[in-house]
Amino acid sequence: MSNSLANTDKIETIYRAYAPKAKATLIRLLNDFDLAEETLHDAFLVALEDWPRSGIPDRPDAWLISTARFKAIDTLRRSKRFNEMTQDIGSHLEELHQFNARVSEQTIEDDQLRLIFTCCHPSIDSKVQIPLTLREVCGLTTEEIASAFLVSPSTMAQRIVRGKAKIRKAKIPFNIPDKNALAERLDAVLAVIYLVFNEGYCASEGEALIRIELANEAIRLARLLESLLPDPEVGGLLALMLLHQSRRETRHDVHGDIVLLEDQDRSRWDQALIQEGSERVRVALRSGRIGSYSLQAAIAAVHAEANVAEQTDWAQIYALYTVLLQVNPSPVIELNRAVALAMRDNFESGIQAIDAILQRGQLQNYHLAHSAKAELLLRAGRECEALAAFQLALTLVNQQAERRFIERRINLLKK
Amino acid sequence: MQFMLLIYSDENSWTQAEIDECLTQSLAICDELEEAGKYISAAPLKSVSTATSLRIRNNQCEITDGPFAETREQLGGYYIIDVEHLDEAIEIAKRLPPAKKGTVEIRPIEML
Repeated sequence: MSNSLANTDKIETIYRAYAPKAKATLIRLLNDFDLAEETLHDAFLVALEDWPRSGIPDRPDAWLISTARFKAIDTLRRSKRFNEMTQDIGSHLEELHQFNARVSEQTIEDDQLRLIFTCCHPSIDSKVQIPLTLREVCGLTTEEIASAFLVSPSTMAQRIVRGKAKIRKAKIPFNIPDKNALAERLDAVLAVIYLVFNEGYCASEGEALIRIELANEAIRLARLLESLLPDPEVGGLLALMLLHQSRRETRHDVHGDIVLLEDQDRSRWDQALIQEGSERVRVALRSGRIGSYSLQAAIAAVHAEANVAEQTDWAQIYALYTVLLQVNPSPVIELNRAVALAMRDNFESGIQAIDAILQRGQLQNYHLAHSAKAELLLRAGRECEALAAFQLALTLVNQQAERRFIERRINLLKK
Repeated sequence: MQFMLLIYSDENSWTQAEIDECLTQSLAICDELEEAGKYISAAPLKSVSTATSLRIRNNQCEITDGPFAETREQLGGYYIIDVEHLDEAIEIAKRLPPAKKGTVEIRPIEML
């Protein structure tokens, strides 16, 4: 009994890892998001029965595509009987039959890129593009996406449904855009890839180990994109993710608790990733077309170059954030710059800078604004105010490790 | 799939030379689309000053002078094309001369 339960868990883990890849190809083949999702789930049910007997296939994604394809053929046959209007279903069935079950890795990768460009099509509301990609390309649940976007799951579900309907009704293709349209379509895609990375890097809900895969997934997608389109910002984004990734092992302790940048064991930072990231930063900055990702990567590189936290060049980081704010005005960047200011000058000026953002009515529901302020208050010796700010942050935080970090700070202050 | 490309622009912003040039280029694009089997129909519309609007309320027919709505840019023409997907429609819309002056709205046609 416990053995079969363990089996189910294992199959579910494999399914979650491979389902997004399989889904991209299925969406192209079936030309239908809902049918792809439905038949993929059918394939999962078959896997639960089949895999414990026949073993896990060497290419679970190809297996899922092939199995879901047969389920789709069944469904389409049935719908043909009931609905003669769908005249192209016949030729579609033929195509599905002839489809080579040994779909190559390359095809699956290309299908994922196609699907990203579809989900990020400019004809889809920008508020819908990113959630749609997280849901359809990366396999996040609607709840996880809602949490990342600070909206309710039902609001998010509506947005995703709206996006899928737009693709279907406006006939947005599953295509990588032509060379002349590619550049103008790139920004949305980069934004999405970075959000996918962050979803993996700072999992928005629960203690989800599977999320680590999302960070690797984002890096893989960025490399894929770079091979298609060597643009400085693609390189900048890739550099940024590699530099963050270099610190991943040291961001949490053995209990899964957060370790602040300044307390991390820098000897365990992945030097190969730092080197690759820093080199890409240099290339991107030399291109003369400096964008938001290249600047963020440059900031990450300054951190990576300090062998001990005290050697961090905060003046340079503050200056880079100032340029970044001009390129991309955002209260979150302003918050980061406020922390850099605190480190460059003194805690009080950092606190004032954060207060200025909050007083404008921005970031009031963003837990990091309150916990960053609390941290600076604590260091400035204003412990009562620090406690209040941490308590406010605690009411806003979703992610478990961040919650525990704030709780530890609160307990410390209560003693 | 058929798409309608609706051409909106400020009709007073066109000089006669621009209108002539636009017609020449548009006709060439229509010929090209026809040869590729992608053309259904297209036409410029006369000025909104020639428009008549009609509505029936409580079985009463109201007929008024002028367009459906007074806007800065007016519907000035249309194309109906038969292409594979939205991106192909976008590529054709990009080439239409009025795209540089006004707006091309791309709408899929519901086939009954």
